[in-house]
Amino acid sequence: MTTHPNIAIEATGLVKSFGETKAVDGVDLAVRTGSVYGVLGPNGAGKTTTIRMLATLLRPDAGSARVLGHDIVEEADTVRSLVSLTGQLASVDEDLSGRENLVLIGRLLGLKRADAKARATELLDAFGLTEAAGRLVKHYSGGMRRRLDIAASIVVTPQLMFLDEPTTGLDPRSRNQVWDIVRALVEGGTTILLCTQYLDEADQLADGIAVIDHGRVIAEGTPGQLKASVGSGALHVRLLDPEQRPEAERVLARELGSSVHLEPDPAALSVSCADPDRGAEGVAELARAGIRIADFSLGQPSLDEVFLALTGHPAEDQTGDDSLKEEQAA
Amino acid sequence: MSVDPTTRAAPAPAADEVAVRKAVASTARPPRASAASAALTFGWRGMLKVKHVPEQLLDVTITPVMFVLLFTYLFGGAISGSTGDYLDYILPGVLVMSVLFTTVYSGVALNTDLTRGVVDRFRSLPIWKPAPLVGALLGDSVRYVVAGTVIIVLGVILGYRPDAGVPGAAAALALTVVFAFGLSWCFTTLGLVMRSPNAVMNAGFMAIFPVTFLSNVFVEPETLPSALEAFVDVNPISILATASRGLMEGNAEMSDIGIVLGVAALLTAVFLPLTTRLYRKS
Repeated sequence: MTTHPNIAIEATGLVKSFGETKAVDGVDLAVRTGSVYGVLGPNGAGKTTTIRMLATLLRPDAGSARVLGHDIVEEADTVRSLVSLTGQLASVDEDLSGRENLVLIGRLLGLKRADAKARATELLDAFGLTEAAGRLVKHYSGGMRRRLDIAASIVVTPQLMFLDEPTTGLDPRSRNQVWDIVRALVEGGTTILLCTQYLDEADQLADGIAVIDHGRVIAEGTPGQLKASVGSGALHVRLLDPEQRPEAERVLARELGSSVHLEPDPAALSVSCADPDRGAEGVAELARAGIRIADFSLGQPSLDEVFLALTGHPAEDQTGDDSLKEEQAA
Repeated sequence: MSVDPTTRAAPAPAADEVAVRKAVASTARPPRASAASAALTFGWRGMLKVKHVPEQLLDVTITPVMFVLLFTYLFGGAISGSTGDYLDYILPGVLVMSVLFTTVYSGVALNTDLTRGVVDRFRSLPIWKPAPLVGALLGDSVRYVVAGTVIIVLGVILGYRPDAGVPGAAAALALTVVFAFGLSWCFTTLGLVMRSPNAVMNAGFMAIFPVTFLSNVFVEPETLPSALEAFVDVNPISILATASRGLMEGNAEMSDIGIVLGVAALLTAVFLPLTTRLYRKS
């Protein structure tokens, strides 16, 4: 099928501009078959544009990509027959019932009427939507809509599935349900390209992650590698009394010999610390200095910190002018 | 009171992981849907929407009914001497007008669709590219039939008796619906270039209103200034209205019917590919 049977997505130098704005500015990706690959970045980083190019909805201005061995421009129809897309807006028809949505997709994919109906019943059942099957989708909750959306994407099992921010706007319980579905899909052998702005989500699901910022991949690796690339773990401390923070900062700086980061929370501070023993020493030193601690933790950096370390700015919206200035300065 | 976690009440229905795994594993890819099957499936989608919200048919029926009543009783006496004579003249024309007005809604519906995420799914499916559009218009054709039937039935209630009977009326309706199918491609194109459903509605009626009134639907062209008469005579809507009258009276000119079908085919040939391209890009 392909020269690299183990590579599901291979993208080189993808570029897409909208007017003056370069939404995607030279993205390279290599995604192994059977894995969950996370594309992580804030809003406006170029994630959705990248996914839409790979799903053949947008034609790249430059660069090329092969999905499951087929060129996304030359063989777009073949690619379409092998992948499915769950877009950022739920890609289901709000004016139809849940069952009608699944039958519609089944028929469009070439299932016979009876097969499409049977498949719809099976999926509604598996995704806990049987009771709501006859209701119009516009009356569904966000979580139900998302589940129906994913069900619609696997009416015919795709070899590769694009999931664009599958849990944005969901409550924690619905989010866990979607994660469970994603894990079940991967166990069934489907490769998943997951776009997310939630660091936690990429950490939970993805085997490999590309961090994307201003339309470029700025780092790539396993969640563990990315954390390691930031250098070290960190000691987080929250004080009972914010007044004591300046003193705590001095103590930790002296004890651990590196610069202390003051958190937005006026009672919290953190300091990078590779060696857990030294970290414990630091906490003990705070206690000896009479600084009262509400809680502390010692561990690997979170992906939030990874993002901060990689980009120099926190993982937040990049729609303002500030981000452009940062880009020029970088 | 402590609760044994194993006997806790079952939570609200959620995805069942075992069933999900089975559902993922259980399909083989069927052969690709044929163009006709894909288009008909989209037509079925349009019918389902009517089934869920039948009120939307009111749009397509109330306005034409008002036109028939207004024109017959307000202007009929002045234009033709008696309301009965005028009804005979305008009913086939209002049939044409009411069906053609309905075509604007096809553009509005398409524009509304584009604001939803479902279009992304349709575009990412391996189907005949124009299928979503052709199918939507096939579904809309059902509305055209409804709008036309309402007018004919109302005419009969008011005393209109077509010489060619039910077959003549059915033929006039069929010809009108075929022309409407062609014309609606103009409005789907409009639906893809305008920014909002309201804008499509306004622009659509701004176009269809004068073109329909500047025809022989309401008045004999001989009464018009010569420049206007020249336009009215070549307006395809006049030719359609004439053909529709002819079919209802049993004396239609084949050349008129030929021109109407030709214009419908031409509009489809120009605007179908254009609409399909715009649909894939927008």
